[in-house]
Amino acid sequence: MNSFWIILFHTYLNKLKTKSFIITTIITVVIVLALTNINNIIDMFDKNGGKEQVAVLDETGQLFEPFKKQVNTINKDINLTLYKSSEKEAEKAVEKGDFKGLIQLRYNNENLPEATFKAMSIADSSLFTDLQTGLQQLKTMLTASQINLTPVQLQKLYEPVSFEKFALEKNAKTEEELNQARGLVYVLLFIIYFSVIMYATMIAMEVATEKSSRVMEILISSVSPIKQMFAKIIGIGLLSLTQLAAFLIVGYLSLTRNLESLKDGFFGVYGFSDIPIGTIVYAVIFFILGYFLYATLAAFLGSLVSRIEDVQQMITPMTLLVVAGFMIAMFGLGKPDAAFITITSYIPFFTPMIMFLRVGMLTIPAWEAILGIAILLATIAALAIFGARVYRGGVLMYGKSNSFKDIKKALQLTKNE
Amino acid sequence: MVLKLEHVTKRFGKFTAVDDLSLEIPEKEMFGFLGANGAGKTTTFRMILGLLDSSGGQISWDGKPINYSTSHLVGYLPEERGLYPKLKVRDQIVYLARLRGMPKSEALIELKTWLERFKIPEYENKKVEELSKGNQQKIQFIAAVVHKPKLLILDEPFSGLDPVNVEMLKEAVIALKENGATIVFSSHQMHHVEEMCEHLCIMHKGSPVVYGALKEIKRSFGKKNLVIHADFPLESLGNFPGVVKAKSTMEGIQLQIEGEYVAEKILKEIVGKGFIRKFSLEEPSLNDIFIEKVGNSYE
Repeated sequence: MNSFWIILFHTYLNKLKTKSFIITTIITVVIVLALTNINNIIDMFDKNGGKEQVAVLDETGQLFEPFKKQVNTINKDINLTLYKSSEKEAEKAVEKGDFKGLIQLRYNNENLPEATFKAMSIADSSLFTDLQTGLQQLKTMLTASQINLTPVQLQKLYEPVSFEKFALEKNAKTEEELNQARGLVYVLLFIIYFSVIMYATMIAMEVATEKSSRVMEILISSVSPIKQMFAKIIGIGLLSLTQLAAFLIVGYLSLTRNLESLKDGFFGVYGFSDIPIGTIVYAVIFFILGYFLYATLAAFLGSLVSRIEDVQQMITPMTLLVVAGFMIAMFGLGKPDAAFITITSYIPFFTPMIMFLRVGMLTIPAWEAILGIAILLATIAALAIFGARVYRGGVLMYGKSNSFKDIKKALQLTKNE
Repeated sequence: MVLKLEHVTKRFGKFTAVDDLSLEIPEKEMFGFLGANGAGKTTTFRMILGLLDSSGGQISWDGKPINYSTSHLVGYLPEERGLYPKLKVRDQIVYLARLRGMPKSEALIELKTWLERFKIPEYENKKVEELSKGNQQKIQFIAAVVHKPKLLILDEPFSGLDPVNVEMLKEAVIALKENGATIVFSSHQMHHVEEMCEHLCIMHKGSPVVYGALKEIKRSFGKKNLVIHADFPLESLGNFPGVVKAKSTMEGIQLQIEGEYVAEKILKEIVGKGFIRKFSLEEPSLNDIFIEKVGNSYE
């Protein structure tokens, strides 16, 4: 077998068998399972089937029914119960946990409703807000009837303004589509971000381990450093695909099983039910290219340090680049057509995330994506050629090495003077 | 299958590590490479192996350059020892052997033979980090020779080993040579080279100061050592014509003389002065030659 494949599979199988890899994979699979079953899990902890019980002390004797109607149009999950006993007893019931809170309804001196809300804590602001909104609407209704508006006039007052949105660009995404794209792009950006950092660090560590254990000199006398570098990058790449495949398969199976219950929640809003194939294809392309870009960078940075302790320090600038790209992408999720996003999408170190964001969220001409990919490919090639030379010299250098001056020194080592 | 270095030079920036080195290492011989730290031995080895490109000159083996296409014929024991600490001996050796082009099944047979020979068969399934330093060195040696190389380069093979293990390794190296391998090795210990090598080269600051066949080098050096143990004072012999150096010892005196004729004269001079317990004319040691050529002590 060719030595390239021997190194590739040696790297792949050895990493696959390490405890840390197995443990990380298992933990992540558990997280994926938990996320895809989130509705079931929430239900499991929620005794009342997701309903919040609120006691109502109606001093007026008239407000309870209309109030309940208003609140239920806002949030079906708030269950209002008319409480007939004294305030003290109601408070006790709240303390016991029978109710989430209690609301006292009364008229003020203008004969309009007002209320006091009491709960163990007022941290649950959504419940509080919903009740307030409900009462506000009730008050508006009562005021309107007090000034003798006819139901027709009232209806006019409440009629929502007609407001339609049209994108003039052809094929532009509708609001709904944009929301769907946002969710998918968000998840895929996260995967790209994490994988690039995780696997690039793994490569730098792998190279530094071979160097610090001094096995490197035997290796490079057997197989050319460049072959080794690429065998290693592809070996770890295979590992990353294996791991991601495990997550995706588990995630997909678990998701399809729970699809019905999830449709109304988060996954429905963010449109995971029908995933556009184009976005997935771009995600795969940008994932692979992003991986190669940063893996090459990490491999040659790893070749410059002599001790494993220095790896982290050496690859920090690279990690910051990835983080910066991710930050810009997060900003871009809200404003994908900003000029700033367009420009940064052509900077090769950001392209994998930001160009992907643009193709996922916007309808951009194909040439823009292709240009971005071309620049990225050219950068990878340049980095590979440059990195391979640094790697070749770097692996022979020992001693205190944690500055970028070493790149120059490493290049000098490989030069024919 | 001659290993030939012609006018090889290596510069790192302004520093010249190896300067115009020309060597010819005959097939199936053991060639010793001596020199103080920083003399350029490791750099020369790295150039022979193609790890570093020379700044000038040619290196060829059997008329062809050594590169990755010949790596299955070459074995290398680097001065800085290192193996994968977390890998088992067996996986390690098999991996390294496969990288040098030996199939797994053959590598396993070879590994077993070598472990038996070094009397450590029980370490086959142990991790390298669990072994003692001496045993790690043996594994390292096996890693260098397991694929049956035709050209073996050993950088300081005996450093850091106890005398028993040094003997064991020496026997192994000699056996490899008898099986037809060409061996180049460097050592700090002059007597290893003296014992084992037909040809040698002493490097000093990147240049070869002594180079040739061991016997030839000793003969052409001319000077000999004369050791005299006697019951009467011998210090005055230090000023005897033809004596280069004199050193008093507990039992007598040790002289370096210009040639055999000086010994004859000295013998005539001291006969009759008293009882002479030892009068011995000896070949110069490599150490003497080294000191003479390099100007300072080595060991």
